[in-house]
Amino acid sequence: MITILGVPGPLLFGQLLLGLINGAFYAMLSLGLSVIFGLLNIINFAHGALFMMGAFVAWMLLNYLGLGYWWALILSPLIVGIFGLILERTLIRHLYKLDHLYGLLLTFGLALIIEGLFRNKYGSSGMPYQIPSELEGATNLGFMFLPNYRGWVVLAALIACLGTWLLIEKTKLGALLRAATENAPLVQAFGVNVPRLVTLTYAGGVALAAFAGVLAAPIYSVNPNMGSNFINTVFAVVVIGGMGSIMGSIVTGFSLGVIEGLTKVFYPQASETVIFVVMAIVLLTRPAGLFGRTA
Amino acid sequence: MSMEATTQVGVGLPSAKPVLFGYTSTQAIALAILVALVVLSPTVLYPVFLMKVLCFAMFASAFNLLIGYVGLLSFGHAAFFGMGSYVTAWTAKYWGLSAEVAILLGGLTGAALGAVVGWLAIRRSGIYFAMITLALAQMVYFFCVEAPFTGGEDGIQQVPRAKLFGLVSLAPDMSIYWLVAGLFLFFFLFVHRVVHSPFGQVLKAIRENTTRATSLGYRTDDYKLIAFILSTFISGIAGGTKALVFGIATLTDVHWSMSGEVVLMSLLGGLGTIFGPVMGALIVTAMENYLAQFGAWVTVTQGAVFVICVLTFRRGVIGELGAKLKLAL
Repeated sequence: MITILGVPGPLLFGQLLLGLINGAFYAMLSLGLSVIFGLLNIINFAHGALFMMGAFVAWMLLNYLGLGYWWALILSPLIVGIFGLILERTLIRHLYKLDHLYGLLLTFGLALIIEGLFRNKYGSSGMPYQIPSELEGATNLGFMFLPNYRGWVVLAALIACLGTWLLIEKTKLGALLRAATENAPLVQAFGVNVPRLVTLTYAGGVALAAFAGVLAAPIYSVNPNMGSNFINTVFAVVVIGGMGSIMGSIVTGFSLGVIEGLTKVFYPQASETVIFVVMAIVLLTRPAGLFGRTA
Repeated sequence: MSMEATTQVGVGLPSAKPVLFGYTSTQAIALAILVALVVLSPTVLYPVFLMKVLCFAMFASAFNLLIGYVGLLSFGHAAFFGMGSYVTAWTAKYWGLSAEVAILLGGLTGAALGAVVGWLAIRRSGIYFAMITLALAQMVYFFCVEAPFTGGEDGIQQVPRAKLFGLVSLAPDMSIYWLVAGLFLFFFLFVHRVVHSPFGQVLKAIRENTTRATSLGYRTDDYKLIAFILSTFISGIAGGTKALVFGIATLTDVHWSMSGEVVLMSLLGGLGTIFGPVMGALIVTAMENYLAQFGAWVTVTQGAVFVICVLTFRRGVIGELGAKLKLAL
């Protein structure tokens, strides 16, 4: 067996893979948070709850309508996106002229409501969600066995992240979005419907969280707390990366996942806290975050 | 969108002329009513419930000192409350310390932790400050899950109500009630005193316009840090007191939902008002007691109160009342 730095190869690669998967979720969630923050100037505290909702919608589609994983991968982000659209139109919209902190408080309240409702209906214990049959089993890569589903999650997350990046950096819609982030009144003066753009951005960011939720459903059990377990770490990721750049969120998300995975191998006691330690170091050395612009 | 916000969190009404220790005459009357309520209510209400309210009122007043007067929203105050609770419970149970020393140690633990967290977090403001405090509090939570002294999921149970000064037994509910009531009134007045001191005026200046306060020569970061440490000290005291009252310290006290609860209390009562946090603590605790039998509906209701507060009465119960009566409460 290969050993690297005294650690058996399969263990190291296994944890690296787990780290990459966590990193994939960090990347997708922090990406959505920073796009939403850029345009709406609110931190969407409900992001974790909507990620959880994405997983639950997948579970419901399967158990109530018999629609499987691949359907869920398309429908769940759509459904949760529409839900986000309604939230933005009816509630969040009223806060844009107020202190940003009110946005945080409102979305925190929404997160409590969503989580509480799911906990009432489905309890706190998780519900299993099967890996789709096409992705069962594992592939021998020579140095380790790669479970197919886990490989797929990393791949799908990368595609989703790069897709978002392309959408924002390379398309007309993305150009408008970036322009509105810089100066909304000016863009509006050019005849662009900025409020609609804002609604779409929120719905889009939320749909990305739901997409992550569907990907997560077969890995973690589908339970009402899965969002809040993630979101605190994601906030640390956002602070580390800074919310200025799309690519920054993606790179920070994946690398922190990997760092967490490596810590699990070399110093398991610190694996849950390592990201927060990184955050503290970044705050001491680069307070605006690695990719952040000083506001 | 510009970074300028048109409405600031916790901007109070222009205060009337103070007559006594920084209190206006209406505030003095309100204070007298509060003292009377604290003294008389155990004759009609269950003392343990009242002590819970008073502990949370202390906690919320400490939290309000930051959000209401410095404009810093900490989303990690459970860390200081919970660690205070653990340390008081541990020292009272295993070292057999008397009540006042155990509670003081709880407060000092909160302050020490607050010094570190504050030192890191004041580098950013606004929502970043909120996210950083939340993240660091989460780290404290993970530490408490792992560390052997907290008893993990079981917590520290069967904490004795240690004797006050080693002499006065606090075992009867009414004895410990007077201790809790005394602590509450002391720290309630203390927060008010801080807010109305020259130090407090500088804090308000920082809240209104940090850049200008800096250009006037104030070391704004030092002021923020001192306010943060004061707030976390009182939070630790509140946590420690609660641990002695209930004889237990658990992970619930360090969990992020506790941080959310104290935010809710202050928001509902009125950010930046003196009496708001007390009112908020009373309403939220009463609501939880009533809803406890309905499971997760507590969470749903709390969330709904958040949403309604933010959308319809951002000044909170006391803030709106004060605005109606044109008084600064």
